[in-house]
Amino acid sequence: MEILRILISELPQFAKGTLVALEVLAGLLIVGLVLGLAIALAEIFGNTLIKFLATTLRKFLWAIPQLVLLFLVFYLPFDLNRMLAAIIALGLCSSAFQSQIFRGAILSIQSGQLEAAKAMGLSKPKIIFYIVIPQMIRLSIGPWTNEFSSELKDTSLAYVVGVVEIMRNAKYIIAYTYGNTAAVYLFVGILYFTLTRIGTSFFYRLEERLWVPGFEKRSG
Amino acid sequence: MVSFFDYAIEILPEMLSGAWVTLQLSVVCITVGIFFGMILGVARVYSSKFIYWIVTAYVEFLRGTPCLLQLFFIYYGLGDMGLLLKPILAAGIALGINTSVYQAEYFRGAIQSIKPGQMVAARSMGLSKWKSIRYVILPQALRLVIPSSSNEIIYMFKYTSVAFAVGVPELLAQADLTGAMNFRYFESYVVAAIIYTIMVFAVAKIMSTIEKKVTIPGLQLAQ
Amino acid sequence: MSTILEVKHLTKKFDDNEVLKDVSFELKKGETLAVIGSSGSGKSTLLRCLNHLSPPDSGQILLEGVNINTPEIDINSIRADMGFVFQDFNLFTHLNILENVMFGPLRVRGLSKKQARQIAAAEIKRVGMIDKIDSYPAQLSGGQQQRISIARALALKPKLILFDEPTSALDPELTGEVLSVMTALANEGMTAIVVTHEMGFARSVADKVIFIDQGLIVEQGEPKIMFATPRHERTRLFLSNFVRLE
Repeated sequence: MEILRILISELPQFAKGTLVALEVLAGLLIVGLVLGLAIALAEIFGNTLIKFLATTLRKFLWAIPQLVLLFLVFYLPFDLNRMLAAIIALGLCSSAFQSQIFRGAILSIQSGQLEAAKAMGLSKPKIIFYIVIPQMIRLSIGPWTNEFSSELKDTSLAYVVGVVEIMRNAKYIIAYTYGNTAAVYLFVGILYFTLTRIGTSFFYRLEERLWVPGFEKRSG
Repeated sequence: MVSFFDYAIEILPEMLSGAWVTLQLSVVCITVGIFFGMILGVARVYSSKFIYWIVTAYVEFLRGTPCLLQLFFIYYGLGDMGLLLKPILAAGIALGINTSVYQAEYFRGAIQSIKPGQMVAARSMGLSKWKSIRYVILPQALRLVIPSSSNEIIYMFKYTSVAFAVGVPELLAQADLTGAMNFRYFESYVVAAIIYTIMVFAVAKIMSTIEKKVTIPGLQLAQ
Repeated sequence: MSTILEVKHLTKKFDDNEVLKDVSFELKKGETLAVIGSSGSGKSTLLRCLNHLSPPDSGQILLEGVNINTPEIDINSIRADMGFVFQDFNLFTHLNILENVMFGPLRVRGLSKKQARQIAAAEIKRVGMIDKIDSYPAQLSGGQQQRISIARALALKPKLILFDEPTSALDPELTGEVLSVMTALANEGMTAIVVTHEMGFARSVADKVIFIDQGLIVEQGEPKIMFATPRHERTRLFLSNFVRLE
């Protein structure tokens, strides 16, 4: 089995690519989280103008394909390194989805609880910090796990701007070990599948740990 | 700014031909996706243990791998083994397969949210299992699945842009091409982004219109 | 006894609908005031105006002689001094019972965790729920949740507590435990305004009753007298509905 030998000898290379993919993933999720949360809070608690701006931004980021945004950021008139361009572009796309997750979670918090906090004399920032955010985290962790796994797979899009992640690695290996294309891609598939599984099971466990009675539990 | 508009108008014919390819590719893979998604979804709920496990493994594996990889596997992988497909065909198959496994999950969810009493009632009238599925379960599931299904449709519409990576002359590829010819990449991508935005908003509008048209009072997906 | 709350000419409109028309009354320290009236009479709005959950349009609300119905007042510090108990409890679902009751002392009063825990434990004990201290709201019955929400209000050490139909969302067999907690509080000298449909409670526990109809105070006075000999026809009609039921 020639192909097995090749794959084994290329494992360090794949490990490097995986690490790059995970860096892109962490980066884009953070960008998406910060901006997504900001958009969600702006859409719910902002005044009319802020609300309008946030909604418009979210809709455009939602409508533009990731690859288009990726190239747009990559070809910006000033120099950005490839990895950073990928993180920013994919993060911007993710923020549109994350903001929807957070917005849904915040809106499903019972308004009575917010009123109760208000009636106790709590200021608005404190209500957001002590009531809205802790409940939002529990309500959004399920859908957020889906977003995580879809972004993990979408790190592969960084391939098109030349980030040496898993797909680009596979391409190199295919190029100099002629004739193993399907086998290498199958191996890459197993690699992504395993990463997705490990990642989602981590978030399931986190959800389990944060769960308190009264919050809906996902069946799986 | 004037020069951008001049440029945009200059490349518009190429861009629109790309948009037309995008539209065709989308229609093909979305149709394939819904058709196979429905079959896979039904199979995950109603089939025998054996088929259930095969379908589940298939769906879960494909859901755990990137679309771009599936495309490369079908285009380069199969091509390497002697089955070289045209780029547009490879893209249609790969994207159709990709979206079908997500549609399958939405169908499964919709079917499972239909009250068990519906099936029992159909069976008690003397309908066979498959007839009950065909005439009672699926018509309800099709309505219930629309909100999540239409999200997937819009998502897939945008995602057809990955077909550019195997050389399908769709919108993104055309932006790349015109950008390279005129050395004005950024502006070409801005034009692409604008066309995509218009089309995505239009698709979303169509989906929400369909959604409103087919709703039945009282029939809703269980939260 | 000193006057703790004085309300003068309070009005409130929602769009064109006058919900409160020139409402005036006063409350002395340690008194329990029951506000009765049919649904939609404006009695809940009155309560929500007092702590500005629905800011009133005009009039004065004097808390210990200081008008709090002015823009200069820091409404949050006023709210902390007026406990509020909701019809549907509104306990914080992500916090357990102890944390719910500690929340006010800790986050509003800014006390230390240790102090907050001491206060919370004492208040939870007072409503007879000390064995549920680690439970979450979703694990309690409605009556138990309402007792905890009373403890949560008490933990702020408010000058008075506003009860907004505290037993209306409860099954009949659960109202008793909440009413007995409220009765005990009244007997201990807690100042309270209770919007309620529980005529038994209003008659036997309250020091004073206000009957509101269509945003107007029709009649106010001592419960024994008002229930026995209502002076107004509308009061008599309203009360007669309940007499038949009891």
